[in-house]
Amino acid sequence: MPSQKTTVPVNADIDIVTARQKGRELARDLGFTSTDLALIATAISELARNIILYANTGEIVLSVVENGTRRGLKVVARDDGPGIPDIERALEEGFSTSRSLGLGLSGVRRLMDEFDIVSEVGNGTTVTVKKWRL
Amino acid sequence: MQVPILKQRDYLIASIQAALTDADLLQLRDALVSQVGTYRSRGVIVDVTALDVMDSFAVRTLRDLAHMIRLRGAETVIVGIQPEVSFAMVQLGLTLEGVSTALDLEEGLAYLDKKLRITAPPPVKRRG
Amino acid sequence: MAEANPHPVSIQKVGGPESTAVLLRELVAHLRQSRTQLREEWARRITEAQLLTAMSKEEIFAEATAVYDNYVDVLETGAVEALQDYARNLSERIIPRGVETHEVVGIVLLLRDVLARSLFAKYRQDFDKLSRVLDAYEPAANRIGSTVAVSFVQERERIIREQQEAIRELSTPVLPVRERLLILPIIGMVDPLRARQLTEQLLRGIRTNRARVVVMDITGVPAMDATVANHLVQTVEASRLLGATVIVTGLSPELAQTLVNIGVDLSKMNTVGDLQGGIEEAERQLGYRVVPMIEEPPPQT
Repeated sequence: MPSQKTTVPVNADIDIVTARQKGRELARDLGFTSTDLALIATAISELARNIILYANTGEIVLSVVENGTRRGLKVVARDDGPGIPDIERALEEGFSTSRSLGLGLSGVRRLMDEFDIVSEVGNGTTVTVKKWRL
Repeated sequence: MQVPILKQRDYLIASIQAALTDADLLQLRDALVSQVGTYRSRGVIVDVTALDVMDSFAVRTLRDLAHMIRLRGAETVIVGIQPEVSFAMVQLGLTLEGVSTALDLEEGLAYLDKKLRITAPPPVKRRG
Repeated sequence: MAEANPHPVSIQKVGGPESTAVLLRELVAHLRQSRTQLREEWARRITEAQLLTAMSKEEIFAEATAVYDNYVDVLETGAVEALQDYARNLSERIIPRGVETHEVVGIVLLLRDVLARSLFAKYRQDFDKLSRVLDAYEPAANRIGSTVAVSFVQERERIIREQQEAIRELSTPVLPVRERLLILPIIGMVDPLRARQLTEQLLRGIRTNRARVVVMDITGVPAMDATVANHLVQTVEASRLLGATVIVTGLSPELAQTLVNIGVDLSKMNTVGDLQGGIEEAERQLGYRVVPMIEEPPPQT
């Protein structure tokens, strides 16, 4: 079974809407419940927003993943920004470096089933999240 | 994309029709704040039924909107938050604290009617 | 047959990759040729071993044909995905018929034996060749066997998960009692999955019934860990976003302590002692006034 993959470049705030709508579509095709669709779309929105806020360019890559009989959605948010110096702190509940804008990584982690982040100062950030269907 | 704003009695009603970009949301905020002053409205209803996502930016902007409108002496109610959206919001820790909410337009109007009756009612004009 | 080579150029390992491919092709051809009688043999042994008793002879034969062909195909191509798909599909069909794991494993092992015996018979004159044929056959056959078994088990697990979901949904009714008033009695242990289902049903119920007040009764909940207590708080918050206030009733001192421990400000949460009191409070909030009816005078004795 070939895995469908969609890449959404994220450079302007309108791309946030595009990314989450594409994510919602893919998730709906996978048969996620309407509640899960909202969680996924919201998580993608936050991840895309982080790219806009902290980097020049980035992309959101959406793909279907499998684990035995389970199918799921994988979202990879990649940017070329400055990187996160202190990942642990960024993952703390309610942490936000900028007053008016939310990093919300701890929130994103709550919304999804799996969460992984790789970030290096000067080398950008990659956040990978997955949500599994029944 | 412009969000249509209707004037109904003392109230302004903004019905969001589709997903809004960040810029659209800010535009809506500014338009409402400005019109509250122009029409001396006492209540504002923002209908978000059509929004399938309320992320941190949307929540923050609506909070700012309610705050700014209160500074102009008017009350804001957010109506039409979808069940799935509310679930995602609380998971993300976005609570819209300090902002009134109601189920839909009808409930929102009922809420404003009740609330504004308790505070100073508009003076009755007497024709001499 | 290994011979001493005076001019060794390359020593081909007996049973090495190249000869394996050739041998596999040969035995696959043989298995296809002998398809009819081997399949019959297999079906006979299935019945003998009293497997698949839930299925009729015709059904067993039909599935046996499909499995046999798939088996031989995978021996030839080594492509396991098609086999996995078939195995999952087969499992989906036979699990509701009550077929058990040991039966599925059993029939695959029987097929392996039947085919192996047929190879013994064919190559019994040439022991070395038989050895090499089995070297090619066995790993492939074993991979097939475990693939089918694992697919079956995974499919069972998936079905069980679905059933659990359905049970959870049934066990949390949302009751519209009066106009604008919902009652949600929660009974039994609440795990995170159930808590989440509860929240979804309640929020949908608020929307459908246009409820302004919800009385959530947790008298019947013996204990709650911090995760689930958190869900409770989130449910109250999410309900507010839909314009409904939640009154929590039946909060035991232990549960109250759990909530305090996770940092919930109980003074912000609307709690009333028992369900009755909660309903009365809800009615008050909705503006109902409960007026006692004029009582009938007691009958004269």
